[in-house]
Amino acid sequence: MPVAANMEFFIDPNRCIGCQSCVAACSECDTHRGTSMIHLQYVDRPISVQTVPVICMHCDSPTCAEVCPADAIKRTGDGVVQTARKPRCIACNNCVLACPFGVPKMQAEFSLMMKCDMCYDRTSVGLKPMCASVCPSGALYFGTREQIEGERPRSESINKFQFGAQTITTKVNMMVPKDSGTQHLDVLSAMDDEPAGRSGVLDSVFDDM
Amino acid sequence: MATLPKDLDTLENAWGPHLNRMEGIRLDTGVQPDKVVSTHCCFCGQQCGINLKVKDNVVIGFEPRYDFPFNKGMLCPKGVKRYLQGGHSDRLTSAVRRDPEAEGGFSPMKYDEAIARVASEIQRIQTTYGPDAVGVLSGASLTTEKAYLMGKFARVCLKTKYIDYNGRLCMVSAGAANKKAFGIDRSASPWDDILEAEVVLVAGSNTAECSPITTNYIWQARENGGKLIVVDPRITPIARNADIFLPVKPGRDVALFNGILNLMIENDWIDHDFINNNTVGFEAVAGHVKQWTPRKTAEVTGVAEKSIRAAAELWGRAKTSFLMHARGIEHHSHGVENVLSTINIVLASGRIGRPYCAYGTVVGQGNGQGGREHGQKADQLPGWRDISNPQHREYIASVWGVKPEEIPQAGVDCYEMMRKIDSGEIKGLINICFNPVVSLPDNAFVKRMLEKLEFFTVIDFFLSETAQYADIVLPGSLHEEDEGVVAQVEGRVIKINKAVEPPGDAKQDWRIIQDIAAALDRTHGFTFQSPREIFNELRVASKGGVADYYGITYEKIEAQNGVFWPCPAEDHPGTPRLFEPASWNSVAKGAGPFYFPDGKARFNVPAYRPPAEDVDEEYPVILTTGRVVSQFLSGTQTRRIGPLVDQYPEPRIEIHPRLAGKYGIVDGDWATAESRRGTITLRAQVVTTIRPDTIFIPYHWPGRKAANQLTIAAQDPVSKIPEFKVCAVRIRKADGPSVN
Repeated sequence: MPVAANMEFFIDPNRCIGCQSCVAACSECDTHRGTSMIHLQYVDRPISVQTVPVICMHCDSPTCAEVCPADAIKRTGDGVVQTARKPRCIACNNCVLACPFGVPKMQAEFSLMMKCDMCYDRTSVGLKPMCASVCPSGALYFGTREQIEGERPRSESINKFQFGAQTITTKVNMMVPKDSGTQHLDVLSAMDDEPAGRSGVLDSVFDDM
Repeated sequence: MATLPKDLDTLENAWGPHLNRMEGIRLDTGVQPDKVVSTHCCFCGQQCGINLKVKDNVVIGFEPRYDFPFNKGMLCPKGVKRYLQGGHSDRLTSAVRRDPEAEGGFSPMKYDEAIARVASEIQRIQTTYGPDAVGVLSGASLTTEKAYLMGKFARVCLKTKYIDYNGRLCMVSAGAANKKAFGIDRSASPWDDILEAEVVLVAGSNTAECSPITTNYIWQARENGGKLIVVDPRITPIARNADIFLPVKPGRDVALFNGILNLMIENDWIDHDFINNNTVGFEAVAGHVKQWTPRKTAEVTGVAEKSIRAAAELWGRAKTSFLMHARGIEHHSHGVENVLSTINIVLASGRIGRPYCAYGTVVGQGNGQGGREHGQKADQLPGWRDISNPQHREYIASVWGVKPEEIPQAGVDCYEMMRKIDSGEIKGLINICFNPVVSLPDNAFVKRMLEKLEFFTVIDFFLSETAQYADIVLPGSLHEEDEGVVAQVEGRVIKINKAVEPPGDAKQDWRIIQDIAAALDRTHGFTFQSPREIFNELRVASKGGVADYYGITYEKIEAQNGVFWPCPAEDHPGTPRLFEPASWNSVAKGAGPFYFPDGKARFNVPAYRPPAEDVDEEYPVILTTGRVVSQFLSGTQTRRIGPLVDQYPEPRIEIHPRLAGKYGIVDGDWATAESRRGTITLRAQVVTTIRPDTIFIPYHWPGRKAANQLTIAAQDPVSKIPEFKVCAVRIRKADGPSVN
């Protein structure tokens, strides 16, 4: 059974609290039990507690698959990009290096690239992915577009990214502030941005001491 | 003779903490569970619903429980990995006795012999020194049935006045202030009242790490247009996104809230009708807060005057609001005043008892609410009754089948019990669900007191740092090995369901308590056959009390997904929101919505006092303590779960670069913090997300990594909560970790 067409994944980093519940739950998933596929990192811990969770964005034209010399990475008809197929994967790391989002992980012990497959074992039978089920802040959300638009009127979703000269559209959506005029996110320039939220606000307290 | 039988390294090698990881059956995706048990998480007061997958009497994993309305499947990492506390190599599967000759310092013994030895020591001590020479320490992670039984066990079986519990480190400041202001101690509002609040004010709650599920409620309020005010000395994950952040200097919360109230009054942002019709004592408070001008408030609190003004205006002008607070304002030698100062701004606003006009205390422990209602507290009898009230004693005596005069009078708080050991009044101690060696302040004193005991027995599932001092350890049960009720953060009574049987000789705690009673030949009132039987007696015992459970049944809890107390009759639906206009309660009897005979809430004058130990030239830096998301309280369980330890393996000293720079400390350096009571050396985490006059150390670890080596045992005079959140330290760069 394919993943229902109206059920979509939304990442809302503004909500992320860095608790790593998604990381913990990801390792409970049946398709890669014991290994977490989620990347959750502080943007710049010395100056902010901001964190960002990254799952596979499930690109419409997956770069990982395009650069795979063994044709090991398949995108299913419902748009989910799967972990490399074990019999084909030659552990060359091309996908790891090429992914604009840094998602695939080379699992040396299995000589296999593994990545988020949007909990295919769950989503293909009508269940929510593990990470989006447990996320206590709603930073990872799985539901219909109508649901999230109703629940989060301050935000809108985009699924277009710029990575150098490459334009990428993805199955997974990113929530951005409404009316921000954001049409796409530039992956490289975002890496140079200061994390949001009160940097330096406490420095001045010192002067009053 | 309660001394450590071996050195700490030897004890740790033998008894843990060792790390449990996903292995074997838990890693095998081909295994189908025998059953999936719908229950709740064992950790914090949010009490998230969770489904546990069971195979061959082992919990092998979990499945999100989407049907429980509070969390709808959500969990924090502790909830996700909670199942790894079961099937653990550290698990006590038999009774053990202190044995310095044994390799690990303890030897297994037959359960019946252990019970007989405990009973004979209780008998000996009480015969020699009197009944009060044996004390009981209990805990608020126990089910309400067990908590009830512990109170009854102390008073009826042991006939001792000395029982108290670890809720003393948790909810007592909130509880005492709520009793003073409202006449009842429970979150006034269900959490759904957060969702449409115009302003959410969070004071002293690291919500994202300590009650993660609440984050989603707060974010949802903001989606709906609500504004967020956060009061905290650190930029926590929720403070990062706050509309107004008030980085209060630790210990100055009363000043802050008095300053806000003063501005509310000056600008007439108060609800005169509500104040006139529903409250008592406003004039005295209004007169008192006049001195808290914005300038003075800013000077004392270390918060910019413009932020205080902005917060007062946002709060003052709001039509709806939710104010919540947690240990950050409660763990103080003036914790009750801190809470009262927040309640004053709620009452002055008139925004309570209506949809999205709300107030709540964020409970810490799993049964932090239910565990403080039914008599394991030093001065309390079931149903939130008062042990010094003759009518209350008479009623409970009738339920227990004893004479009122046989019920001992009030005892003392758990830290004072330690001092009673020092003075020789307490010679024997029974400890369950409490790890005071890690969780009490100034823990060098605590260890010395345990060493002074003639006899110490601990009921636990692991050999906790406290159990290491015991003469006999009785093997108790994990959360998933028993059933019973707990009350979560909203006052919603929910049902914990049994998933597996205890391994080996381990037994449900209530059986162990009853076995001790039987060995003492004091079985009267201790012949329950099931938690349900205990619950049914508790229902009667609570009947007519403020915390009335009489109308709650296991079946009703299951049918309604929880029942909010008070629930006085079986046809009563429960009370999700307290203080609704024209509501009836058992104290006011229709006179008004609050739990006083006149039905009115009380303003209380919260006088500002600085912390018990302020900084000075010798100890110039403030130490504050708290939690991290991947560990829980004293860590007895979570320090044994591999993935949770991986997430945050060691405590660190969180320090602002401007303070660190003064001492030449850079990120990752070893740094020493020293108070008048102890010293700790940890790696520094240099971040701009903390006030530059304050350092933070999480407290979940024992031994040389224990923050509570440094903390002060100053206590609130009313609630007796210790001042974990402020003491004075000095810091320096260090070459490496300290050795034991």
